[in-house]
Amino acid sequence: MARKSTTRRVVVSTIGAWFFGFLIFFPILWMVLASFKTELEAFAIPPSFLFFHWTTENYATVQERSDYFHHALNSIIIAGGSTLIALLIAIPAAWSMAFSPTRRTKDILLWMLSTKMMPPVGVLVPIYLIFKTFGLLDSRIGLVFILCLGNLPIVIWMLFTYFKEIPRDILEAARMDGATIGRELVYVLTPMAIPGLASTMLLNLILAWNEAFWTLNLSTSEAAPLTTFIASYSSPEGLFWAKLSAASTLAIAPILVLGWFSQKQLVRGLTFGAVK
Amino acid sequence: MGQITLQGVQKSFGPVHIIKGADLEIADGSFVVFVGPSGCGKTTLLRLIAGLEDVSGGKILIDGKNVVDTPPAKRGLSMVFQSYALYPHMSVRGNIGFGLKMAGLSKDETNRKVEAAATTLNLTPYLDRKPRELSGGQRQRVAIGRAIVREPKAFLFDEPLSNLDAALRVQMRIEVTRLQKQLGTTAIYVTHDQVEAMTMADKIVVLNGGKIEQYGSPLDLYEKPANLFVAGFIGSPKMNLVTGENALQLGAATIGVRPEHLKIERNGAGGWQGTIAVAEHLGSDTFLYVDAGSLGMLTARYIGELSLHAGDHVSLLPDPARIHRFDADGNALRS
Repeated sequence: MARKSTTRRVVVSTIGAWFFGFLIFFPILWMVLASFKTELEAFAIPPSFLFFHWTTENYATVQERSDYFHHALNSIIIAGGSTLIALLIAIPAAWSMAFSPTRRTKDILLWMLSTKMMPPVGVLVPIYLIFKTFGLLDSRIGLVFILCLGNLPIVIWMLFTYFKEIPRDILEAARMDGATIGRELVYVLTPMAIPGLASTMLLNLILAWNEAFWTLNLSTSEAAPLTTFIASYSSPEGLFWAKLSAASTLAIAPILVLGWFSQKQLVRGLTFGAVK
Repeated sequence: MGQITLQGVQKSFGPVHIIKGADLEIADGSFVVFVGPSGCGKTTLLRLIAGLEDVSGGKILIDGKNVVDTPPAKRGLSMVFQSYALYPHMSVRGNIGFGLKMAGLSKDETNRKVEAAATTLNLTPYLDRKPRELSGGQRQRVAIGRAIVREPKAFLFDEPLSNLDAALRVQMRIEVTRLQKQLGTTAIYVTHDQVEAMTMADKIVVLNGGKIEQYGSPLDLYEKPANLFVAGFIGSPKMNLVTGENALQLGAATIGVRPEHLKIERNGAGGWQGTIAVAEHLGSDTFLYVDAGSLGMLTARYIGELSLHAGDHVSLLPDPARIHRFDADGNALRS
């Protein structure tokens, strides 16, 4: 039975949706507002919502004190690098599991995912020691390596789901048409898998960008990405709400913009295969 | 040239034997249909010939050369899939021309051949469209275009018409048959629809449970079914099979009479007596489903209109020359 869409219903649901949307967005909005306040106003009670003395001095201080661009560059290298390597490993892995599955394929996939079920802190000490032994502490390579391994199961799962959706017949048709495996990959599979590859890459970028456990624990300054940069503002000398907010705003800005422009892809990627 | 020979071809998936040794000789230029119930192995057999599956035993010869170790692309065959399997990101032109591009033909040559194929299949106005912008029938044509443009040794069709509606199916059936005759290329066509098999084939292969039950021309199969399976499978409505006293009198375990070979007599004596349970009046034909007591339900066909209705009593007289006799194992007895 179709639901009646009366005007009242539309108005109520619209207001409701906006309300909950605003509720979810509020912390981010509050953070952005706080970044334009002075330190005193930032934790004043009662808080002022819009009518305060707007200032950009926090941004200037933050850049001066801890070099935003240095950390941003680290974030780009670590997130980008780990995503790239993860894709290079995951594409052939997912490809072979999707197109030549064996009896154990499902088990392998589940085993891969099971590595995500363990809390990372459980292996912190061994990983830390390994990093120390190999001189990887506070190095970009080390972080690229650990984030790549951490996200690999999700990347493989996502790609596997995508590849599964590509009809076998089409690949067989390409084989009948005389395409070698290489040409089949270039001319048929890749063009068909581009939406899937794009959303997997995007999700992995966001995950790697926001990853805070390993980056905080394994880096200090040289390789420290934006997460470490934010954390440095909640220091023993006290909390600097306004500066922390400015740092956080700067840290999420690039990924937010990226997410905004690719939200259609992202939503498609996350719900892919859910509805047939 | 496109002569295909199967010698003891076998296929197993683990412990399951899908094809239990198939021997077949397909003459160059002939249209051969593999028909059988679902799960009989007809598609597997086709995929073995295509090279999309590896044989577990036996030989497949194309023009005298064993190709069991040759990859599909090198066998010189082309295939039309049930799902069409068009490349969704390529235009019709790209789809039809893909095989030629893979073969390394020049752009001009490819275009010329693609356009010629498009003309044959009435696809010229759609050459720059994507598959999703085409109707089912047009997609099917593109799939056929992709097959013919490569001038293969043989076409392999895997239930290509089963996704089309009834009217379009009949039309495409005629088009495919005509096209094959025009090109003179060997064709192997898989279907579960025995009407398609009877109408299109030069020769039919009836498969059941991974075994070839009979190989012959459509009329051969109709007139001289080798066994009970073929007798029941070929012909619509199905052949009436009678066991017991009536069969024993003729020295057989089972006898079969096709519905069109039963003479219908109103209130007559003799023959097989029964009461009409259902009468179907199609104008061109009348089908009677007769409850004949111990003989079971019998089907009779009358060409033209016959004003008989459910509940009427009839007697059915089998044409003695058209009675098929089978032994206890179901094999045909020939006198």
